[in-house]
Amino acid sequence: MQSHILLMTLFAFFVSLVFAVIAKDDWHDQLRFGGMMFGGFLVSALVLGWLMYPFPL
Amino acid sequence: MRATAAEETQSGWLVLLCLAAWAVPGAGHLWLGRRSKGLIFLVTLPLMFAIGLALQGRLFPFDLREWLVGLAAFADLGIGVPYFVAGALGYGNGDVRAVTYEYGNAFLIVAGLLNLLVVIDAYDVALGRK
Repeated sequence: MQSHILLMTLFAFFVSLVFAVIAKDDWHDQLRFGGMMFGGFLVSALVLGWLMYPFPL
Repeated sequence: MRATAAEETQSGWLVLLCLAAWAVPGAGHLWLGRRSKGLIFLVTLPLMFAIGLALQGRLFPFDLREWLVGLAAFADLGIGVPYFVAGALGYGNGDVRAVTYEYGNAFLIVAGLLNLLVVIDAYDVALGRK
């Protein structure tokens, strides 16, 4: 698998999962916390990517 | 003031717990009865480590002359026994030419660091803080 976005998504999933399980005890809270963290990872990566787009290599 | 026998036993047990939690991801939580958490860590962290190896990431050497390499090596070691298993099987040499090399490094390093975080969490649970 060589797709950046898929690998980034996979990475975000693992990190969010572990942080959510560490931080929360109830699975509802874990799901919400992990979901927000996962979404935050993806959104911030996309936003930062587009912000860097105008700049040269 | 000298620690009492009970305090020394407790601290010894805590050290053993942390060692077990480091060596096998999730073992600390399983030992403390947090079964679902322990199983999630037991599956997720080695899987993340394995993906890092599959992506041609490198298990960095303990070269303290290059402090970033040394830090990466320390982070890789954080995963515990899977680090030694990978080394024994000849994995982790890394292929810098691979498109996924840096992603592999990220997976390996972060898997190790997350396991260290899990060890700290197990310690907190053992002390009754969580």
